Amino acid sequence: MAPKTIIEKIWDNHLVHEEPGKASIIYIDLHLIHEVTSAQAFDGLRLNNRRVRRPDLTLATMDHNIPTTDRSVPVKDPMAKNAIETLERNCKEFGIECFNMHNPLNGIVHIIGPGLGLTQPGKTIVCGDSHTSTHGAFGALAFGIGTSEVEHVLATQCLQQFKPKTMEIRITGKLPHGITAKDVILAIIDKIGTDGATGHAVEYTGDIIRNFSMEERMTVCNMSIEAGARAGLIAPDQTTFDFVQTRPRAPKGTDFDKAVEKWKTLPTDPGAKYDKTFILDASKILPQVTWGTSPGMGCNIEGRTPDLKKVSDPALRHTYEKAMEYMGLGSNQPIKGLKINRVFIGSCTNGRPEDLRQAAKVLKGYKVAPHVRAMVVPGSQEIKNLAEKEGLDKIFKAAGFEWRESGCSMCLAMNEDILAPGERCASTSNRNFEGRQGKGGRTHLVSPAMAAAAAVKGCFTDIRKWVYK
Amino acid sequence: MEPFKTHKGLVATLDRQHVDTDQIIPKQFLKRVERTGFGQFLFYDWRFLEDGKTPNPEFELNQPRFQGATILLTRDNFGCGSSREHAPWAILEYGFKVIIAPSFADIFFNNCFKNGMLPIVLPAHVVSELFDEVNKTPGAEFTINLETQTLATSLGKKISFEVNAFRKDCLLKGLDDIGLTLQHEDKIKAFESQHSISPRAV
Repeated sequence: MAPKTIIEKIWDNHLVHEEPGKASIIYIDLHLIHEVTSAQAFDGLRLNNRRVRRPDLTLATMDHNIPTTDRSVPVKDPMAKNAIETLERNCKEFGIECFNMHNPLNGIVHIIGPGLGLTQPGKTIVCGDSHTSTHGAFGALAFGIGTSEVEHVLATQCLQQFKPKTMEIRITGKLPHGITAKDVILAIIDKIGTDGATGHAVEYTGDIIRNFSMEERMTVCNMSIEAGARAGLIAPDQTTFDFVQTRPRAPKGTDFDKAVEKWKTLPTDPGAKYDKTFILDASKILPQVTWGTSPGMGCNIEGRTPDLKKVSDPALRHTYEKAMEYMGLGSNQPIKGLKINRVFIGSCTNGRPEDLRQAAKVLKGYKVAPHVRAMVVPGSQEIKNLAEKEGLDKIFKAAGFEWRESGCSMCLAMNEDILAPGERCASTSNRNFEGRQGKGGRTHLVSPAMAAAAAVKGCFTDIRKWVYK
Repeated sequence: MEPFKTHKGLVATLDRQHVDTDQIIPKQFLKRVERTGFGQFLFYDWRFLEDGKTPNPEFELNQPRFQGATILLTRDNFGCGSSREHAPWAILEYGFKVIIAPSFADIFFNNCFKNGMLPIVLPAHVVSELFDEVNKTPGAEFTINLETQTLATSLGKKISFEVNAFRKDCLLKGLDDIGLTLQHEDKIKAFESQHSISPRAV
């Protein structure tokens, strides 16, 4: 048999039907839903008198809209309240388990799947959310879908899909001191652009990826979509198995051993061909800070905004000029020392325990600069509780950070956590689009450590030179 | 879904690369639980001044000559970012049936077809030529024939475009995806009987 990539293996394992020239029908093992992209899908089911085929393979949480303040206070925003209540009503009607705001298992959809052990190697996982690629860290084929497709999966547990092209992103070299998984993925996007992987499912390979923890792998896979990728995944190994084994809803005992045997057959066969390969030498990565209004407008702590005099392509120059105007930055301006007003630590990219530990380690013994408002939003209620057990909340609070309830929060600012016009934010989230964190707000994407250091200094600073207390 | 066969309409240009779905429909409008009502908020932060009501005269789509346009001509990587289908819903409700660009983001591209809209990919230099023509020709219209996969401009330029045969067929017939899949119910059942998945239930 011809050697296959992990992407092709998972695809083939889930093929229900294929016909030449048509989209294939593939089976979906796990469908995650939330309050922003599902209401219209349930309406469609009712309209056509259809049921949910596999409520047992469907799981709902509320994360995008919910406040990160005291949960005992009713949701103030009437539209958010309606969206939340609609999800709960729909789940009840169709028999789907739903983690509402008061459930201790509530959290960001891409945080709770892995946390529960539902995210497993070899699965097909979809959600009406582009950051579904996060689950790829476990060697699952996971991707975001639109609401019409959410309805399709609810009704059929299948999706019509064209087989994605495959791309290998190989990370070579030695990771320098102080460089994190977030810096690696930001550096990749900086190099290949926000459409560098469009049409492809990406497999991340190389020793650095192998040595990453599951949480670091999730950070990398999470932002695959920011490079345009359909999905991003990492072949499972002992690190993966160890993580899954301890989770409440993972297979247990001999079932787990059997599962591991199957999972071990997933990695890409030697000699398998990818449609495209990109190699990044990690030895040269510096702490990353995006400068513009697209994750592809990358820069680093020693860098400067683009020198417009040197940009010859008129379309690109136009794009850069618009981005600089929005960001309140000039041509060829240094990043180091750039003053910020806000810090956001959290999101499905960087809202996991290791992220919080990384930031807390930086903050220990320091205070947030007087002109900075900083907040931490853990990725789930479980992570919040764990961090509190470890005493991380005390470090954050002592430094002057707001310690909040879980949710998507200021990653997309659908709730009250929002930037005022002109505010500049060091954010551990995934998108720096115009208005993403609030109309007129200016977002710079960074790692949790860089965000914490910026909070203390009041401006971007080089984490490699940080004096830890 | 309404079938899409041919379409003739006024062309509007949006000369920007990497237009993301956060611009197409900002997040504050995603709280609606209906499929409709998004058109009024299309490109909200670009389209309106600070008050959120007065059209921004600087924004391209607000130019008088683009009022009533049904074809959007734009640049690379249109629709990047979030998977929100509210983006094509807003574009369609505003009036656009066809979007032409050198490239699209995957999820957005897919979402268009699910809503009876046609995204057309053309080489960047061809898109640039079309931009030139529209800029020079007030009231420029294009005629798109999906059957023959051709685009004709009001100045008589004829361009052919690629579209996946399956997607084309679905658009031409206005087919319901779910209905199509359910025709294979027996295969889904057979698959389920052999494929073991640990369900989410405890």
